Amino acid sequence: MTTLMEAPVEPRTHKPALLELRELAVEYGRARAVDGVDLDIHEGEILGLAGESGCGKTTIASAVMQILRPPGRIAGGRVLFRGDDLVGKSAEELRRFRWLNVSMVFQSAMNALNPVMRVGDQFVDAMRAHEKIDKRGALKQAEELLELVGIDPRRVRAYPHELSGGMRQRVIIAIALALNPELIILDEPTTALDVVVQREIMQQVEALKRDFGFAVLFITHDVSLLLEFADRIAIMYAGEVIETAPAEQIAVDARHPYTQGLLESFPPLSGPLERLTGIPGSPPDLRNPPSGCRFHPRCPHCRPDGSALYARQTTERPVLLEVAPGHGVACHLVEERGA
Amino acid sequence: MSAVAPLEVRGLTKHFSRVHAVDDVSFELRPGTITALVGESGSGKSTVARLLARLHDPTSGSVLWEGSDVSRVRRRRDVVRYRSEVQLIFQDPFDSLNPVKTVRHHIERPLRIHRMVPSGGVEERVHELLRTVGLVPPHEIAAKYPHELSGGQRQRVSLARVLAVEPKVILADEPTSMLDVSIRIGILNLMTRLKREQDIAFLFVTHDLASARYVADDLLVMYAGQIVERGPVEEVLASPLHPYTRLLLAAVPDPSNRLRAERIEERRGVAAAAVDPPEGCRFVSRCPIAVDVCSQVTPGLVEARPEHSARCHVTAPDPERTT
Repeated sequence: MTTLMEAPVEPRTHKPALLELRELAVEYGRARAVDGVDLDIHEGEILGLAGESGCGKTTIASAVMQILRPPGRIAGGRVLFRGDDLVGKSAEELRRFRWLNVSMVFQSAMNALNPVMRVGDQFVDAMRAHEKIDKRGALKQAEELLELVGIDPRRVRAYPHELSGGMRQRVIIAIALALNPELIILDEPTTALDVVVQREIMQQVEALKRDFGFAVLFITHDVSLLLEFADRIAIMYAGEVIETAPAEQIAVDARHPYTQGLLESFPPLSGPLERLTGIPGSPPDLRNPPSGCRFHPRCPHCRPDGSALYARQTTERPVLLEVAPGHGVACHLVEERGA
Repeated sequence: MSAVAPLEVRGLTKHFSRVHAVDDVSFELRPGTITALVGESGSGKSTVARLLARLHDPTSGSVLWEGSDVSRVRRRRDVVRYRSEVQLIFQDPFDSLNPVKTVRHHIERPLRIHRMVPSGGVEERVHELLRTVGLVPPHEIAAKYPHELSGGQRQRVSLARVLAVEPKVILADEPTSMLDVSIRIGILNLMTRLKREQDIAFLFVTHDLASARYVADDLLVMYAGQIVERGPVEEVLASPLHPYTRLLLAAVPDPSNRLRAERIEERRGVAAAAVDPPEGCRFVSRCPIAVDVCSQVTPGLVEARPEHSARCHVTAPDPERTT
């Protein structure tokens, strides 16, 4: 029937995997927000994770950081950091791991700065919580970090309200760099900012990544941003990864109808203007997800025509299959047609 | 270009103490036309919408509604009448709906307050409005509470509520920026349909140039409280005059950038609203093409091409000035 290889899809990179998610499942009560996700992040790469609100992308970040709040819990699978499973580690082990290996910049993190504390002191706090370093040394390092993200080092003495939104977001990124992590998770770091600031911050992250060699898990609903800045992209829908590929390949050869729909939701800035349709309908209720392919109720290629394909679409869950090196797609159409 | 402008803004200015949020802004909104107002956060674009909605009093300048100045009307009867014709929708459909009231309640209220239909016809009109904004089946949707709806559906309820009073002008302040990209297009298509079918004049405030191009006829670009460029949207985006418009265009994510590896210049200076702005162009500290005069003389809005104007000494020089 099919000559395609079954998942997991290995990316074409020879760098070792830093983080591996294996059949990760996260539940909030009866809702399975993440359902059987396999995902690898390699040293020094930017992995973009995209999908609509509620698809589970932020939940993945929280699971990696082990900061799920009840009723959220890991219902199954493994989170391997350099081969070491984080699920089930003690609170103290996790605390050390979080800052020394991974740091996270949250959505609207610029509001996470303490308004009554000077910027420099917030660096000192973060560093001294995790490292033995004196205050003067920490402040000096804070100045260097600010300079790295393009802020005048004298701003260590500023209070957050004296900085613009874009500058506060850079401060947060600088604090995230303070302990020289191997992985930085950026969750919609630029969504609240306008395009000019957004581009400046993304360029800065790219440059810092080149200098420091950390890996980035970049979470956003804006696929167009990922197409430009990510090395690889994983698209999530209703708790599952439904397509993953190098960014260039997603741009020219997206195979999943949902990915295609996302890409077609952006009106172009130049060239002919056509009427766009977006993706009709809304994402499913995860307490009661659709049977078979979770995208089938919104899929333009799923018609109740009594065919065998329709039967599979509505009853059988598609698995991620490799259609090209490093390019995986979970869709019955792809299975049907072959690579 | 159609008909008389029902809403005309002349020299509109709003200062919040030392902050010049809006300075000398003029434009008109015409029936069946979408005018996009773009700019970054703090540029004053939302303040313009709020001045037009009579949520603030202007410091100076006027808002002419069918020829008479409404910018300072205070009598409740006059304000209500104006608001029945000029309606505002907000960015956040989560904040603007009452969580303990049904969709029906939200749409019935303006129908009753403005006595739009006889009370026997309210139910039918609510359903009709819900169908207009694509919320079907209307009787099911009408019974729902805001938390039972998605973001896109809530923004459609906001639109239905605004349409209830049959306005001539809709001021839409970032109506899609809180919505998922896949849902934005639906709202933009709906705006286009309402403009065509009901001849509504829209002011579409956004920071997204691509959305502006997709729906708008005319484009206004705002920077630090001033309109720095205006003209037909295709013309402005295809051949922008003002360096700020060029910067905005270059900043939009573009997959082909990977290949070109083009990088925008690091900003020098801050874009925030103008605090006690000195004489001169407000963009000068970030401008790659500034000349001496730019920091000495404030450029006026000059029509450098037919219907296409910009505030720039270099790309749209004032023929009356000789330097």
